[in-house]
Amino acid sequence: MGEVRDLDVREISAAVRELCITANYDLPRDVYDALVAACAAEESPVGREVLGQLVENADIAARDRVPICQDTGFAVVFAEVGQDVHLVGGTLADAVDEGVRQGYGDGYLRKSVAEEPAQARRNTKDNTPAILHTTLVPGDRVRLTMMAKGGGAENMSSLNMLKPSQGWAGMSQAVVDTVSRAGSNPCPPVIIGVGIGGTIDEVTLLAKKALLRDVGSTHPDPRVAAMEDELLERINALGIGPQGLGGRTTALDVFIEEMPSHIASMPMAVNVQCHAQRHKTVEL
Amino acid sequence: MAARKITTPLTDDVVRDLRAGDAVEITGVVFQARDAAHKRLVALIEAGEELPFELQGAVVYYMGPSPAKPGDVIGSAGPTTSGRMDAYAPLLMRHGLKGMIGKGLRTQEVKDAMRECTAVYFAATGGAGALLAQRIVGNETIAYPELGAEAIARLVVKDFPAIVVNDCHGGDLYEEGRARYAKVEAE
Repeated sequence: MGEVRDLDVREISAAVRELCITANYDLPRDVYDALVAACAAEESPVGREVLGQLVENADIAARDRVPICQDTGFAVVFAEVGQDVHLVGGTLADAVDEGVRQGYGDGYLRKSVAEEPAQARRNTKDNTPAILHTTLVPGDRVRLTMMAKGGGAENMSSLNMLKPSQGWAGMSQAVVDTVSRAGSNPCPPVIIGVGIGGTIDEVTLLAKKALLRDVGSTHPDPRVAAMEDELLERINALGIGPQGLGGRTTALDVFIEEMPSHIASMPMAVNVQCHAQRHKTVEL
Repeated sequence: MAARKITTPLTDDVVRDLRAGDAVEITGVVFQARDAAHKRLVALIEAGEELPFELQGAVVYYMGPSPAKPGDVIGSAGPTTSGRMDAYAPLLMRHGLKGMIGKGLRTQEVKDAMRECTAVYFAATGGAGALLAQRIVGNETIAYPELGAEAIARLVVKDFPAIVVNDCHGGDLYEEGRARYAKVEAE
């Protein structure tokens, strides 16, 4: 055991502020490269036109320091906190919210969070609260990942409490059906995060965490990698194409995260992500 | 793709001439309105009150921008999912609305109203908000500033790129485009 390290929560707020802004202005390189490659490979003329616009849009956003998309998202923050860190000056949750408040204000990002969702739907005006997922990890560092999650793609996601008898055949069909039903709504080409196993809370979190992987990366377990490849091929056979206007590029990639399930259950969640896959990580 | 240039407000003749799959560049005034604004517009119509803009021939853009930086006309300004406005769109068409710009699927009821009222649905590229903002040259909030990004604004667009998805003859590019490239049966 090392010594406990003090970390002022103001450093966390400053880091989250910066993550919110840069995640929204700079499309990650892996996504950018995938869009360029898809543009070259797409058979549909209108699909190529759309993909070309998306590449140009990313260039403009990075150059002019403006958001890639006007829906700058719900701020989803993953905090991996080293158990030898002592946070001083306030709570982690307050510090993250303060960073979101500053980032969405100073970065000219849209405030897209409404309170009393079933009734008044009043905008909270500063994009708080953030969604905060905290895990304790070894060490004396804090690793923060910010994901700007837009509403259009999130709305097309699904939770599927399947029967074990349905097996992978039933499960894979449910993933494809989710993307098929979504059609043009989630701004294809999409990235698909699939959670398998656990409970309803854990399976949806697995699906979201799956979206943090780099587009084009291969799962370290060849069995899971084969499942991902099968899903990607079936999804791209749907014909939905860029923006749903017809074409071969419906998804840029499919990522699976898995854990054991109850003997009675076979939970599966699909988290749909638009092509504007915005996330960024920093370590303090 | 060669784009056809059209100007707003739209006439029935122009709308009838548009076909699913046509690329267009729109110039003129379009009205920014999304969820909360639509709810209020429909309430005004149902109460028999005056609307904040002339609906006859109008084009609405389903969009809520990010805040403009100092010196900019508007922030990022791409389309939002149109389906959330499906509950309101037929009534607006019956009161003169001729065009809708958004992205994503519409219900059969909306498509039927487009045929009945001679109206058209355009898709702009979702997630291309920085690019599309460059085609918006005027921006004035005309109603409900308290709604922030959901306020109604009078936007002036120049050569705004869009594609006809649903025309007034029943054409549907989402169905036709997908069928052309599908290798498997749709669900």
